[in-house]
Amino acid sequence: MAASGAGTGAARSGRLPAWTDYALLPVLNLFAALVVSGIVILLIGENPLSAMAVLVEGAFGYPEAIGFTLYYATNFIFTGLAVAVAFHCGLFNIGGEGQAMLGGLGVALVALALDGWPWPAAALLGILASALFGAAWAFVPAVLQAKRGSHIVITTIMFNFIAASLMTWLLVDVMRPAGQQSPETRGFPESTWLPSMQEALATVGIPIPASPLNVSFLWALACGVLVYLFIWRTRWGYAIRTVGQNERAAVYAGISPARAIILAMAISGALAGFVGFNEVLGVHHRLMLGFTNEAGFVGIAVALMGRNHPFGIVLAAILFGALYQGGSELSFEFPSINREMVVVIQGLVILFAGALGNLFRPAVATLFRRAGRPAPAPAE
Amino acid sequence: MEGFDILISVLASTLRVATPLVLAALAGLFAERSGVVDIGLEGKMLAGAFAAAAAASVTGSPVIGLTAAVGAAVALAMVHAYACVTHAGNQVVSGMAINILVAGLAPTLAFAWFSQGGQTPLLEQGSRFGPIALPFARSLDGVPVLGPLYGGIVSGHNVIVYATALLVPLSAWVLYRTRFGLRLRAVGESPAAVDTAGIDVAAMRYRAMVICGVLTGVAGAYLSTAQGGGFVRNMTAGSGYLALAALIFGKWRPVPTLFACLLFAFTDAIQVRLQGVALPGLGTIPVQFIQMLPYALTVFLLAGFVGRAIPPKASGIPYVKER
Repeated sequence: MAASGAGTGAARSGRLPAWTDYALLPVLNLFAALVVSGIVILLIGENPLSAMAVLVEGAFGYPEAIGFTLYYATNFIFTGLAVAVAFHCGLFNIGGEGQAMLGGLGVALVALALDGWPWPAAALLGILASALFGAAWAFVPAVLQAKRGSHIVITTIMFNFIAASLMTWLLVDVMRPAGQQSPETRGFPESTWLPSMQEALATVGIPIPASPLNVSFLWALACGVLVYLFIWRTRWGYAIRTVGQNERAAVYAGISPARAIILAMAISGALAGFVGFNEVLGVHHRLMLGFTNEAGFVGIAVALMGRNHPFGIVLAAILFGALYQGGSELSFEFPSINREMVVVIQGLVILFAGALGNLFRPAVATLFRRAGRPAPAPAE
Repeated sequence: MEGFDILISVLASTLRVATPLVLAALAGLFAERSGVVDIGLEGKMLAGAFAAAAAASVTGSPVIGLTAAVGAAVALAMVHAYACVTHAGNQVVSGMAINILVAGLAPTLAFAWFSQGGQTPLLEQGSRFGPIALPFARSLDGVPVLGPLYGGIVSGHNVIVYATALLVPLSAWVLYRTRFGLRLRAVGESPAAVDTAGIDVAAMRYRAMVICGVLTGVAGAYLSTAQGGGFVRNMTAGSGYLALAALIFGKWRPVPTLFACLLFAFTDAIQVRLQGVALPGLGTIPVQFIQMLPYALTVFLLAGFVGRAIPPKASGIPYVKER
């Protein structure tokens, strides 16, 4: 959207150096979102500045908090990458939530079947199963979009609702052990649990406090590198980006848009499915309802904030991890603020970083012109 | 006779469920016919539902609630127009931003203002839109077939249901028979041509978004102050998206869209009836599968098994005036 307007339009409105696009404008957009969030906190009758202080302290103030922040960030890296891969193909995948639920189902089936196996085997098969189940859940909307032109935003939303019903049925009627009240599976055998980051770092002699952070964080970082290589260094990634930029041109270049759409959505679904890998195999060690915690929707904000680039997505995911961790501290400290305040900030970030992404561009361009410096050409 | 009674009650509840869908679908129709895609119907309805319930519970007046709902939804529609029309932003992203923003904001404000865990207090009878008995409903009571049909299905709804029924032909008339409607449709098909004729494209789209805001606001007020008795978090439960699907299924025309909404509402009414009932040959279907019905039907219809739907040509594309 913004990048494609770079040719003649940018020349007229004043060229901006590349760093403004990747750093200055996102920071300005985030700042605008935080200012409006502050107004909401004022409306509630609390002091936005002291709320901000509690939030930052709660997210980074002590070692345990950092563990929680990175644990939330793990989910958001997965879903942020998922949304970004679809975005590169010009698709808006809002179904991350449902795909994550199915990914968790895949992991649970593996872990329940592998009684007594060591964790590396469970982890490997768990990654495969969550990717497969997540991709399968994204596959149907993808095919409907590619072959029948069905609006993928609506179909993926519908698949979220269908997934939620399916999971409720599975956990209430099918997978719940007899005589148990809560709708969840039995606990996985301890041998299959993913090592927590505390255990993993203890083996190399670094002590950190206990938190839900586990080795799937490393897999999330690896996924960032893999997505980068896939999108920018393979012919499939090239096909996906071409279809996203201009479907007509892709057809003339001999690329099949239908194939690119299905591939992008399958990868997107697989990435979202990894939320299940982190939550089910790494934290809860059982399949339960609502383990996705809206991570699928946070992924939208993370991808937009991170400009659909893995590096930006990791940074944005940590930011949102901090918001979620700090947000729960916030609701403890302030009796009139509840956890949904974080969702408000998230919506505002999507608004300012996504839809109003160019709000500050003319003003920044004018500033650069006034400064009299001939701004260098953007490094494309 | 029992089957007949069930039919009457299913049809009556179809009308009750269809009302917010029709309102939201008409809202989407005006927006998309002007060239603005609005995924944010859901969020605007939810904002309307919260504003109506909050205002009605403070003032005790459903009309003030309705006004507040319209105000909140129009404000959000203006945010959408500002992002998409003035700043040529991505319309789907903007709509989704509004949905997520409201999903957080409504329970946050409810939690802070009413301290009932993110809901608004239960409204009393006087602060809601109550049922209206149409003339002759009483006197026809004793007449077989006609009496229950008139008294059970047509009569006894609240004022918003009847207003919505009138809104469908009114929208069709505005869209196809007025100068405003002609310009609106033209802006959605070929904004450059409209611009050449000296009509302000942006102003037309802003006007369409005001109408969209008003209609979604009324839909929200209906949910919390007519059908329900207060605001509950996520009370729209995807009906904004169902309305969009009905709009596509209705091919962006008012009357077919009405029938699409009625179909969705009928599925929902049956869904409630089927829960826990043993079907011949199938046994009792788990309730979760029955609850999936409206959503599965949406996917099925969008898959184009009922003919291809062609949206207004310029919908979703920001118009940038030639300089």
